[in-house]
Order: sequence, then structure tokens, then C-alpha cells
Amino acid sequence: MSLNALWEFANPRKFIATTDRVLPWVAWAAALMLVAGLVWGFFFTPDDFRQGSTVKIIYLHVPSALMAINAWLMMLVTSLVWIVRRHHVSALAARAAAPVGMVMTLVALATGALWGQPMWGTWWAWDPRLTSFLILFLFYLGYIALWEAIENDDTAADLTSILCLVGSVFALLSRYAVNFWNQGLHQGASLSLDKQENVADVFWYPLLATIAGFVLLFVALVLMRTRTEIRARRMRALLARERMQA
Amino acid sequence: MIALLTRDLRLAIRAGGGFGLGLAFFLIVVVLVPFGVGPQSALLSTIAPGILWLGALLACLLSLDRILALDWEDGSLDLLATSPLPMEGIVSAKALAHWLTTGLPLVLAAPVLGILLNLPVAGFGWLVASLALGTPALSVIGTFGAALTVGLKRGGLLLSLLVLPLYVPTLIFGAEVARRGAEGMALTTPLALLAGITCGTIALLPFASAAVLRANLR
Amino acid sequence: MIPDLGKYAVPVLASYGVSLLLIAGLVWASLRRSDRVRRALEDVETRRKSNG
Repeated sequence: MSLNALWEFANPRKFIATTDRVLPWVAWAAALMLVAGLVWGFFFTPDDFRQGSTVKIIYLHVPSALMAINAWLMMLVTSLVWIVRRHHVSALAARAAAPVGMVMTLVALATGALWGQPMWGTWWAWDPRLTSFLILFLFYLGYIALWEAIENDDTAADLTSILCLVGSVFALLSRYAVNFWNQGLHQGASLSLDKQENVADVFWYPLLATIAGFVLLFVALVLMRTRTEIRARRMRALLARERMQA
Repeated sequence: MIALLTRDLRLAIRAGGGFGLGLAFFLIVVVLVPFGVGPQSALLSTIAPGILWLGALLACLLSLDRILALDWEDGSLDLLATSPLPMEGIVSAKALAHWLTTGLPLVLAAPVLGILLNLPVAGFGWLVASLALGTPALSVIGTFGAALTVGLKRGGLLLSLLVLPLYVPTLIFGAEVARRGAEGMALTTPLALLAGITCGTIALLPFASAAVLRANLR
Repeated sequence: MIPDLGKYAVPVLASYGVSLLLIAGLVWASLRRSDRVRRALEDVETRRKSNG
């Protein structure tokens, strides 16, 4: 598929028609991968020699933390597309992704707290990573609140896109500021795509499965919620026209 | 632009409210802190830089919605938008007026309140320096928040929700400078970073505020 | 069938419970809203058609 063909999905009708076919597949794949990864991780992996059974929390903590950041990145990209090309679907996709990202942030924070309690002896520490995630959560909260507060769809899309851009810059700044402010307990990133020696294979493969599951779940939810937003927008437009005619 | 600035200043002084209110709020916050944490002077002097920074930040936040709301209500914002002045100039003038009426008095009042909190003598100079360097950033970021929420009925609470996360880096570095100054430690790094954030926001954020305001006035 | 979680049973089970609950809530809310909006839009569209 050429890049030009991608812009066809900016047409709301085309988007709905295409996702009609794609969405069930993505949703089932997400469910399958999630169940498989979590069952594998929960029932069929050994305990870590240092962390005991708490290592099983990794199958929820790492994927949700990844998605919390990636959701914001996706919102940043779609906001830019809205600002530059003014495709409604793009702005609505950003709106649709925000609550998903916020829930992922919450899951990451909650599992982190539950994991931190036995390992570090505390639910919460003002550690750079934890603090950055809390700040990210606040950004999600403000972004969603701004969408809800503004009545005109186009104005809301404009303002939230710019907030997303400015917020991204400040989120990065906060990340470095927080790093400077306190050195933390949290271990460094324990996995990157090129280097996996930090995590043994027994934990690595189910983790990959749950990461895939979370990505698919995110895609499915965003597609579904974008469809909802498109319909809601169309309904508001129709109702407004009705009022004009009456 | 200068005419707009002097007009805003004159309005702020004549209305009186915004001017003194921020200062009074700052004073009250600082007076309430010892009631909350206890009167031990050793404890107070360790937390004094942070409390003073936080108090200044909250006092600044309190007056943000006045930056644009009054002009929005009486329609003078629409007039300004049609004037030859670029929107970026308007928001910069508004931010500067806000800093002169709110930020600057806070900077000047901070050492006096520092006495109440038993701030170590070495810290006074650095406290004033960090506030003088940091509060302009607070005003500029606040103007961005005010532009985002200007058309809303109950924008005040949303404004705080939007602006406070954006204040995090300024607060961290500002309070760090003040704290290290009070403890007599090396502080060039946070000072440089604080100055960097302030310069960066002053240079770039007016463009974002102007874009937001244009979208709101459309 | 449930593996022996040792002394960390509470945090492990709690984090699975909390996470699955949050995600299930999100999915449920999204589905519900999707359904509602779809039906409301259909209502409006059929009404407009019948009115001509």
C-alpha cells in the first residue's frame, strides 16, 4: 500500500467501512494474545530466584507502561496530522486514544505500587520513573478534561492538539528535571529490542506475547472508540442542522 | 504593544484586586504552613525554600484567569485581534503585564516571608534570584493556559489542571536553586537549567498561545 | 491448578486483579458508548429520512 492510499482513511465513511472488516480480527487477536500471554506467564513460568513470584507482575507492568507512553506518542502524531492536514478522523483518533492511555498509565502505576511494596518495602517512592508516570497521568487528565469542556468540535480539536504538542515538550522536560531532582530505586529499562540478556528467555517469550496483546488491545480499542467519536460528531452535526431548519 | 502594556498595567492598578490579592494569598500560605507542620525552627528552615516557591507558584496561579478573561468578556480581545499587532505580540504583552503585577511583587515579598520561615541567611539572595528568574516562565506558561480556557464558563479549575503539570520543571529547578542556596551548595547547574527553561518558554510559548487564541476567537 | 505463589501471593493476585478490572472496565465502557452512539445516530438518521 502506498503512502497516498493511507490518506483515504481520513475519509470518515471509508474509515468506518474499513474498520468494519478489520476490527473483529484485531479484537479477537488481541483477546487471544492477551489470554495466551497472561496464562503462560501466570501458570507456566518459574519464580525468579531473587524476586520470587512477584516476577509475574512483569507481564502486566511492562506492557502497560509501554502502551502508556506509546499512546501519548500516537496522540502527538495524530495531533500533528490534524494541525497540518486537518483530517477530522485524525483529531478524533487522538481523542479516542487518550482515555486508553490514561487507563494504561493507571495500570502501570498500580502494578508498580503492588510490586514495589514487597521488593522495595514501600508502595510509593519519589523515584524519577514513578514521578514521571504520575506527571504523565496528570497530562492525560488535563487533555481529556479540555476535550470535554469545549463545545465546538473544531476548536476543541485545535486546542487539544496544541496542548498535546506543548505537553509533550513539557513532559520530556519534566522527565529530565525529575531525573536531576532525585536518583531513584527503579532499575533501568530491563528490555530493549536489541538486547535481552537482562531478562531470561523463560520470562522473555510470555512477556513478548503480552506486549503484543496490549498493542493489539490498544489498536482495537482506539479503532472502536474512533468509530464512536466519528458517529457522535456526525450526530451532533445532524442535530445542529435540524435545529437550524426548525 | 507598549500602549497595550501600559493599558493593562493601569487597569490592574486601578482595579486593585489582582495586585494585592496574590501577595495576600502568598502571605497566608506562608503563615499557615507552621500551623500545619509545627513551629520547630530547624524543620521550618529546611522546608522554607520549597514552601516559598510553592506559595509563589500558587499565588501566581490564582491570578491567571484574569489575564484574558476580562478582555474576552467586554470584547476588547476581538478588537485587539483585528489590530495590526500580531497575536504573538499581544500574548507577550499580556504575559509581561501579568509578571509585572503578580510575579515581581512576589519576588520582592519573598525575602520578608523568608524571615517568618527562618530561612538561613545565605539563602535570601538565591531565593530572590531563583524567583526572579523563574516567575517570568510561570507567567508565560500561565498565559498559554489562560488562552486555552478563555472561552469557557468555568475555566478556572480546568486552567489549574492544565497549567500545574506544565509548571513542574520550573518548580523543580527553581526550588532546587533556592534550597541549594540556603544550604550553601553548588548551584550553577540548576540555575542554568532554570534560566534555559525561562528563555525557552519566553521564546517559543507565545506562538502556541497565539495559535490557541486565534482558534478560540474564530 | 493455581501455582504456589509463596509469601507474595497477595501482591501478585492483587495486581492481576486490579489490572484486569481496570482493562475490563475500559473495554466495557468503550463498548457501551459505541453501542449507544450507534443507536442514537441511527435514530436521528431514520427520523431525518422519514421527515423527508
